[in-house]
Amino acid sequence: MKRRKKTGEASSTGTAGRRGERVRSDLQVEVELRTKGGIDLELASRVEPYYGDSIRSQVTAAMSTLGVEHARVGIEDAGALPFVIAARVEAAVRAAGHQPATPLLPERTVEPDPSTRDRRRRSRLYLPGNEPKFFINAGLHGADAVILDLEDSVAAESKTDARLLVRNALRVVDFHGAERMVRINQLPLGFEDLAEIVPQHPELILIPKVERPDQVREVDAIIAEALGGSERPLWLMPILESALGIEHAFDIARASDRVAALTIGLEDYSADIGVPRSAEGVESNYARRRMANAAKAARVQAIDSVYSDVDNIEGLERWCLASKQIGFEGMGCLHPRQIEVIHEAYNPTPAQIEKAQRIVAAFEQAEAEGLAVVSLGSKMIDPPVVKQALRLVEQARELGTLPADESATEAKK
Amino acid sequence: MKKDAKLVKNALGRRVPTVVNGREQTPYKGVGRFEPDGRKQAPPIRSCRDFPADGDKRVASLEEALKKCGLRDGMVISNHHHFRNGDRVALRVLETAAKMGAKDLMWFPSASFPCHEPVIELMDKGVVHHIEGSMNGPLGRYCSHGKMRGVGVLRSHGGRWQAVQDGEVKIDIAIIAAPTADPFGNCDGSHGPSACGSLGFALADSIYAENVIVVTDNVVPFPCIPWQIQGNNVDYVVEVDSVGDPSKIVSGTTVITRSPDRQRIARQVAQLVRDSGIMRDGFSFQAGAGGIALAFVTYLSEMMRDAGVKARFVRGGSTKYLVEMLETGLTDYILDGQTFDLDGVRSIAEDPRHVPTSPFTSYNYHGKGNFASMVDAVVLGATEVDVDFNANVNTHSDGLLLHGIGGWQNCLTAGCTILAVPSFRDRIPVIVDKVTTVTGPGELIDVIATERGIAINPRRQDLLDALAGSDLPIRPIEEIKEEVEGFCGGPPQRARFTDKPVAVIKWVDGTVIDTVFQVEED
Repeated sequence: MKRRKKTGEASSTGTAGRRGERVRSDLQVEVELRTKGGIDLELASRVEPYYGDSIRSQVTAAMSTLGVEHARVGIEDAGALPFVIAARVEAAVRAAGHQPATPLLPERTVEPDPSTRDRRRRSRLYLPGNEPKFFINAGLHGADAVILDLEDSVAAESKTDARLLVRNALRVVDFHGAERMVRINQLPLGFEDLAEIVPQHPELILIPKVERPDQVREVDAIIAEALGGSERPLWLMPILESALGIEHAFDIARASDRVAALTIGLEDYSADIGVPRSAEGVESNYARRRMANAAKAARVQAIDSVYSDVDNIEGLERWCLASKQIGFEGMGCLHPRQIEVIHEAYNPTPAQIEKAQRIVAAFEQAEAEGLAVVSLGSKMIDPPVVKQALRLVEQARELGTLPADESATEAKK
Repeated sequence: MKKDAKLVKNALGRRVPTVVNGREQTPYKGVGRFEPDGRKQAPPIRSCRDFPADGDKRVASLEEALKKCGLRDGMVISNHHHFRNGDRVALRVLETAAKMGAKDLMWFPSASFPCHEPVIELMDKGVVHHIEGSMNGPLGRYCSHGKMRGVGVLRSHGGRWQAVQDGEVKIDIAIIAAPTADPFGNCDGSHGPSACGSLGFALADSIYAENVIVVTDNVVPFPCIPWQIQGNNVDYVVEVDSVGDPSKIVSGTTVITRSPDRQRIARQVAQLVRDSGIMRDGFSFQAGAGGIALAFVTYLSEMMRDAGVKARFVRGGSTKYLVEMLETGLTDYILDGQTFDLDGVRSIAEDPRHVPTSPFTSYNYHGKGNFASMVDAVVLGATEVDVDFNANVNTHSDGLLLHGIGGWQNCLTAGCTILAVPSFRDRIPVIVDKVTTVTGPGELIDVIATERGIAINPRRQDLLDALAGSDLPIRPIEEIKEEVEGFCGGPPQRARFTDKPVAVIKWVDGTVIDTVFQVEED
């Protein structure tokens, strides 16, 4: 993980990636720029009998693309996939002090459909941005979204490594329909992330430690510029992690049309107000409610933080149900085993669906009969209740809980 | 190999030698195609007049016992792997034989473990000529590089019994390590400081070997109750300080996979067993002790509990998860071929519904039927599988022989054979065009379940029909292969081999299904 840069008269050296017994699906690349002698590649790979030739030809071609003619390249590989190799080679070359004229972009093999503002965001699975071994199967676990994280899970000296890795992943990794979110670093470092990431068309950017609406506006402007004329939407989810951020929640949510959701970072928030975190989360009660209300007021989604004790499934379930009651529509996952519990908790319950179906049926009947008032039995149903019921039935269809073709009027009374 | 030995193509198109270690071989002919005949091998007649009337067959040392058995050059010495990586007997036997000056022995273990690595030194010194039995890790590497003088012969647990019955392997001296024995030679694995569960792997040797020595660290007065090995077959009993390292004989806890990808495979396999209708009252299944198989057992148990379904029997490799099923009423019996953990050992000692079995009852090709074909579903692993559903458990794609067969081949006759494998390991795809080594033919493999899709053998239209309404990700095997090759950077390079066979893989009937060739050195 250490990045070394030695600048001497004849050569300079840069290192990227990781090596060691426990490292898997990653590699370490050391590049020593030289003035003559061509490319001298030393490769030690755990998959030498399978992909040794492929790695050698990939690295040789990569050096040429990056405009490096003379260098010693030392590689220790633990079964890294080609997009990882490309990212590490480019990072090592840059660390050695050579700024390539063209980046080493792997051929794009995925371009998922753009996502919508009100897409379901019950779960988002965190993937440490510098840990490639989790990327390729991350989409299999059914989370609504994955977060490729460049911020807290990435050590300060690995920021470039992670940024290039995530950039490449966005071009080639199939996340199987999960919305692809990227958490950039706190501004201004986050601007460097945006420069690499935005052109690769993730669906959503999380901006950490947002305290004022102008921070969101700044990010919005950069995105608009980086996207050029592209019509493809790129949503924003500001993370509020301080008392001040919470106080500004409504204005932050309205700072840009790109804001699709607000979320909260509880570790930093607790630190900011100077109260240690408790299991029940009393210290953040106010902030979470305040933020949820602000999000609703601004007509964006309210998304909760994470539940850190990944082995405590019952605790997670309790947390989710309480969170849903506050108005949150989803939360983060630190481990795939949390996904199913979270989905079940944030999904409408069968009793809720059944009641909604009855209300919708009554509404449709009233409409057919030209009645202005919807009633169920002896009870009058107010228009907002009808609206909510319609939305719930719609949601249940999307989830497959109700068959898509079933008309609400056929639902039982 | 003899001079007239040549390589011929068998029914799968694999090149196999016609002679192995001086003995004529039959190339694999297809599933159920080879018809054996003749009579079974029998040990020489002995009479009770040659043994002490008081039943005390103890001798002072292993050396004395080997001497009394007439140890000489070229003999076949057999051991068993119920102590797994904690075994202290096999190496001691071979080293004692070395001290006595024996040369060119054939070692015939039911399986070898990393603790047996020093056998390499004995092969270098000429004490051991070659090994017929599983060769794991270092021993496999040694063999793959062509350093062994004879050709390695790998057999399944059932195939080992069959080779002994056939007389293809004539055991001169069988040494049975026993956690508890009496002076007469009755012995058992369920009790004693080195308790390990079933001794089933040693049963054939006790019946067919020329000489049988029982080695124990726990002598009890006659009778040793229960006994799994009958003293009436035993020549000598030797007492030693320790037969094994209990901490390595059984793992204190068997470890369920924590990998979400592998948990996903396990859960989907359990769902397949449920949704296909295999999971019903009175059904049976077998799963090993690997991480995915254990997770499968816990998922299936949950589904059985939810559905109120009870199995008639489950086959082990027993672990605490099977024991839990037995104790919570999810199965009537455990038929146990090998006991993997402390809960299994406790259960087999205490619970009469937890029954020790042997490769004869479970797997033997020359038996009048066996249990394996009566099991409804079995969940196994593999190092490689191919688009014709052939599977390899012995070599890796780089050509190195690294694993034994165990009961794997024998289990393929179950009603539904499921291989639960990741679609790639690091960068190495598991689904290939053609497996490096065929351990099991595709016609017996019904399902290949990976984390990114489940492939069902097109020969099993019935299974495809049964799963028609299921939400399992059922996909053609070629499609999964292409997806994996897509992100791995194309298919891997093929291993390069010389033309020298270093080992053969026997099919359950004794025919040769494939050959492991020496890997080419750079």
